[in-house]
Amino acid sequence: MISANKQIRAARYGMTIDVDRCNGCGACMVACSVENNVPPAHEGATDRKGLTWIRVYKVDNGEEYPNRRTAFVPVMCQHCGNETPCVHVCPQQAVDVDPSTGVVGEMPQRCLGCRYCMAACPYHARYFNWWDPAWPAGMEKTLNPGVTPRMRGVVEKCNLCHGRWHAAKEQAAAAGKPDTEPVSYVPACVEACPTGAIHFGDLNDASSATAKEAAEPDSFRLLEKLNTQPKIYYRSKKDWVRGIAAAPRPGGAGKENSRG
Amino acid sequence: MASPPRPVRAAPERKTPVDNPLDNMDRHFIARGAVRCSTPKFLLWMAPWAALLVFGLYSAALCLIKGLNQTNMDNRFAFGLWIFLDLTVIALGAGAFFTGFLLYILKLDELRSVINSAVVIGLVCYSGAVCVLAVDVGQPLRAWFTFWYPNVHSMLTEVTFCISCYLTVLAIEYVPIVLRNRKLRQVPSFLVFEFELHKLIYVLAGVGTFLSFFHQGSLGGLYGVLRGRPFAFREGLAVWPSTFFLFIISAAAVGPSFILLTTWLVQKITRKRLVRPEVLQLLGRISGSLLAVYVLAKSIDTLIWINRTSPETGFQAWQYYSWKPFGTWILVAEIGVCGLLPALMLLAPKLRRRTGWLVSGAFLACAGVALNRFVLTVQTLALPTLSFDRFLSYTPSWQETGTFLAVVAYGVLVYSFSFRYFQLFPQERELKLEARQVEEERELVGRY
Repeated sequence: MISANKQIRAARYGMTIDVDRCNGCGACMVACSVENNVPPAHEGATDRKGLTWIRVYKVDNGEEYPNRRTAFVPVMCQHCGNETPCVHVCPQQAVDVDPSTGVVGEMPQRCLGCRYCMAACPYHARYFNWWDPAWPAGMEKTLNPGVTPRMRGVVEKCNLCHGRWHAAKEQAAAAGKPDTEPVSYVPACVEACPTGAIHFGDLNDASSATAKEAAEPDSFRLLEKLNTQPKIYYRSKKDWVRGIAAAPRPGGAGKENSRG
Repeated sequence: MASPPRPVRAAPERKTPVDNPLDNMDRHFIARGAVRCSTPKFLLWMAPWAALLVFGLYSAALCLIKGLNQTNMDNRFAFGLWIFLDLTVIALGAGAFFTGFLLYILKLDELRSVINSAVVIGLVCYSGAVCVLAVDVGQPLRAWFTFWYPNVHSMLTEVTFCISCYLTVLAIEYVPIVLRNRKLRQVPSFLVFEFELHKLIYVLAGVGTFLSFFHQGSLGGLYGVLRGRPFAFREGLAVWPSTFFLFIISAAAVGPSFILLTTWLVQKITRKRLVRPEVLQLLGRISGSLLAVYVLAKSIDTLIWINRTSPETGFQAWQYYSWKPFGTWILVAEIGVCGLLPALMLLAPKLRRRTGWLVSGAFLACAGVALNRFVLTVQTLALPTLSFDRFLSYTPSWQETGTFLAVVAYGVLVYSFSFRYFQLFPQERELKLEARQVEEERELVGRY
């Protein structure tokens, strides 16, 4: 239990993703889906209608062989820290920012399914349940009991493994520790990444590895000029990779493909 | 000595199909002095629209029962044909509030001859939009959540509140039109109720204008506040982006044009004179004046957006127009061909006096607003924001198209029904008598 006079310090949970380390294996996507009870793709679902809280984009430098270079960019909810675009558009307060962690949360039970938040998100990181969630026979036994599956007609997205965070809080409370101590859990994608490309931590804690990495000169955020101040930082030593953070190339010039 | 005038030959009596019991019953509901087609002919006109409505309702039912997977919308194209339809019909239906405002608040009495028609058009447009919205959301049964947990910062909350309230106002405004029906007037309590209700019309017009200003504006604000979509994002005054004001002006501009267009169309279809040409010209003049203001405001807004708003967010405006087929032609079409041109056509008195020019101007104005709503809905979502994302296209599914057509069919059915049984154009009878008088005078002149 937190004592009454204990100063609660707001955390700012965030991630750093080393693009140079990511090999596009998709383990983060699978781990995320398993952890968060994201149902398998429905028959007839396309890459534009499927559900995945992380989408790994394949990008290249636009050159031809032998100068062609490729990289993979995992994109999930960027947990914008400034005037979060999806929060202020939701008509029924189904999206909020947790002031104690900075995590942008989604309440599927309250979502109307108007999809205005999806239109508002510049990172295309929000997904709609176009079908009723369904798991193949027997597979429902693998569902995570700590996470509620979402129903048809609502929007969902990455919440930095809210279920794990909740479990960590309960453990801390059981051990008599304040629940505001530095991050004591890691999201599933961080755990599953075979190359250790994704790091998670409190960006407000200057001593954390994540905060230090985010402050490195090779780190960048997507569409920084929009001033949404995302809490997901990307890192790369390659100039052309850092260049992808800017606005899109004009039509016809870009040859990028996406994969997810 | 002048010879005594010969007795005037009585006008040939119109054959009343008294033999048809359905017709016989039906004609008691038709306004006194108004001539309407026979019941079978009317039913024949309604049948294809009813069939289209049934098809549309089936499409909508599929979307409600099986889910929005029946549409071609997706995670990127979160909005599609239906939102475009909603924005467009609500703009076109703005004639109801604006005509009411001009008539009851600004006392522009000439517009009394189209106010009933404007109310029906408004009701059709707004109720159609609300029905489509109910299909468009993933969880329609949760619509009341917006009233229970309203996010006061969301433009969509403002839209929901204002549209719900204004639809109620329109329904109340429609009641006196219904109660003035020839048969219903025979019930004394209806007559009293209608009379009492009519006393409220000034209040309703004021409330309707207030609500409409806000929801037309907040519909524009829906896009203008999207700071994550630099193509749509606009700066503005206080919490309102410029699109808030542009939507109000554009809706007020095309509302009268749409009334002009529908009145002209009804006159053509029924082959009757329903309003004096001066009324249509007045509607054209009002529309033209507001359209000119809109074009000016839109041009200034576009220049600010190109030179300041968009570059500040890291996007050069020319980049948006490099994705085909959304080239700069769309900007020229929106502001020039469907903005400035109809404004000039409707403002020039000489052109306005010619029906062809007047109607073409009104049509172009309506098309311009539809194009503006299309651009904000479809182009905004088609354009990628991430540098490694693709430009996407979207084609509505037949279920989406069917639901869209259901609204059109519903509109035609309600309007046709109202036109037949209620007095949508009070000048109709007067014009008919005038025409008969002229005919008789001509006949007399011919004889002597």
